[in-house]
Amino acid sequence: MNWEALIDIMLLALLLLVAIGIVRLRNLFAVVLLAGIYSLLMALVFTLLDAVDVAFTEAAVGAGVSTILSLGTLALIDSQREKIPSRFAFTPLLLSVATGALLIWGLSGMPEVGSPDAPAQLHVAPYYIEMTPVEIDVPNIVTAVLASYRGFDTLGEVAVVFTAGVGVMALLGSIPAVYSRGRRRRQPDAERADT
Amino acid sequence: MIHHLIPRVLAKLLIPFILLFGLYVQFHGDFGPGGGFQAGVIFAAGIILYALIYGLQAAQSVIPARLVAALMALGLLIYAGVGVATMMLGGNFLDYDLLDSHDPVHGQHLGILVIEFGVGVTVAAVMITIFYQFAGRLHLVRDLEAESDGS
Amino acid sequence: MEWLGHYNYWFFAVLMSIGIYITMSRGNLVKKVVGLNIFQASVFLLYISAGKIWGGTAPIIEEGLSRPFSNPLPHVLILTAIVVGISTTALGLALVVRIRECYGTIEEDEILEAEAEFEADLARSGNP
Repeated sequence: MNWEALIDIMLLALLLLVAIGIVRLRNLFAVVLLAGIYSLLMALVFTLLDAVDVAFTEAAVGAGVSTILSLGTLALIDSQREKIPSRFAFTPLLLSVATGALLIWGLSGMPEVGSPDAPAQLHVAPYYIEMTPVEIDVPNIVTAVLASYRGFDTLGEVAVVFTAGVGVMALLGSIPAVYSRGRRRRQPDAERADT
Repeated sequence: MIHHLIPRVLAKLLIPFILLFGLYVQFHGDFGPGGGFQAGVIFAAGIILYALIYGLQAAQSVIPARLVAALMALGLLIYAGVGVATMMLGGNFLDYDLLDSHDPVHGQHLGILVIEFGVGVTVAAVMITIFYQFAGRLHLVRDLEAESDGS
Repeated sequence: MEWLGHYNYWFFAVLMSIGIYITMSRGNLVKKVVGLNIFQASVFLLYISAGKIWGGTAPIIEEGLSRPFSNPLPHVLILTAIVVGISTTALGLALVVRIRECYGTIEEDEILEAEAEFEADLARSGNP
């Protein structure tokens, strides 16, 4: 019995349950907390799949910072419940089920999970694994690839993170021109008078 | 704001260790799991915990928002600066081999250390900034509300 | 594990459809962002599953290790994708906050309604 596989199946089943919970719940506070649990479970799955660096990041980012930001948003938007739609929408359900079915059909052409002779394992990965001790000489191959072999890529990612920070500053740093509690409509006359 | 005693005491105990762990992850990333991205987030989490327990003003008096905004750009500049430095030394952009004139492998070590530091600084600063912006918005809205109620 | 086969991939497909479904069917903007996060995390699962080798270990070099390493490349790609993901989520949530301030609601249909009313007001007041 392969315990790794068994734990994998159980964790994925839990993930599915949490995702269904997110679909069904209307309380936004519960949805946000479930999203945090989803990230934490995903981090466990990543650990099991040998991606320790990724699991580390997912746990810190998904379950930590992301949940804090969502809770902050909930405090700002001051509404706890999602509105129940007047009628059930069939088109999204149909489209998503169709997409899922197509993906399952397409993915059945992939090599089995965990097979060592899959094309993904044979292309550049062996080079990284073999040459890291020689060329870079750091034990963590992920760091070597991230910072050295694909350093240019990572520079771009850091630039994206920086840009997002600037974007949030631009969106939330300004003082709202008119603020009033509750539902406020834009007033065309007042606005035209301004211009 | 009134806070409960137990979270305050626990936070005081935990925060130094969270920050220390952040530094460990930052500089031990070559040897074990970790690196600039994770370290930045963990470091920011320590500051965010402080801000949640002791209030935004207390956190901003320790780490001012202006400083964080500057650090956001500084990290990216450190990263790109390494690339420019290697170009100055006659190599390609981000070719760390040239950073040590004797041993290319040492150059790689140095390059990875410095750029991971840049990544960590930017990620930590961006996460703290985003949190400051959200929390600051909450304060701003409350102040405006109090004003409009008073008038 | 032979019978396991494509188990991880099926779960990726199902989780991704759930993410798409939430994003498309729910009018609440916060829930839309959460749906996008589920969608995103499922794609991470696909990448990491493709890099896994059963019986392998985490790609950290250690003396006297005989087991093969799992593929480090997807780990690198997803590691950076997660951090970019939180940045875009933060940006999305900031937009939600601004929309709430402007329209007083975060429900899509109510926002559209307010927009339509605004347009009608404009037309009525004889905008050139």
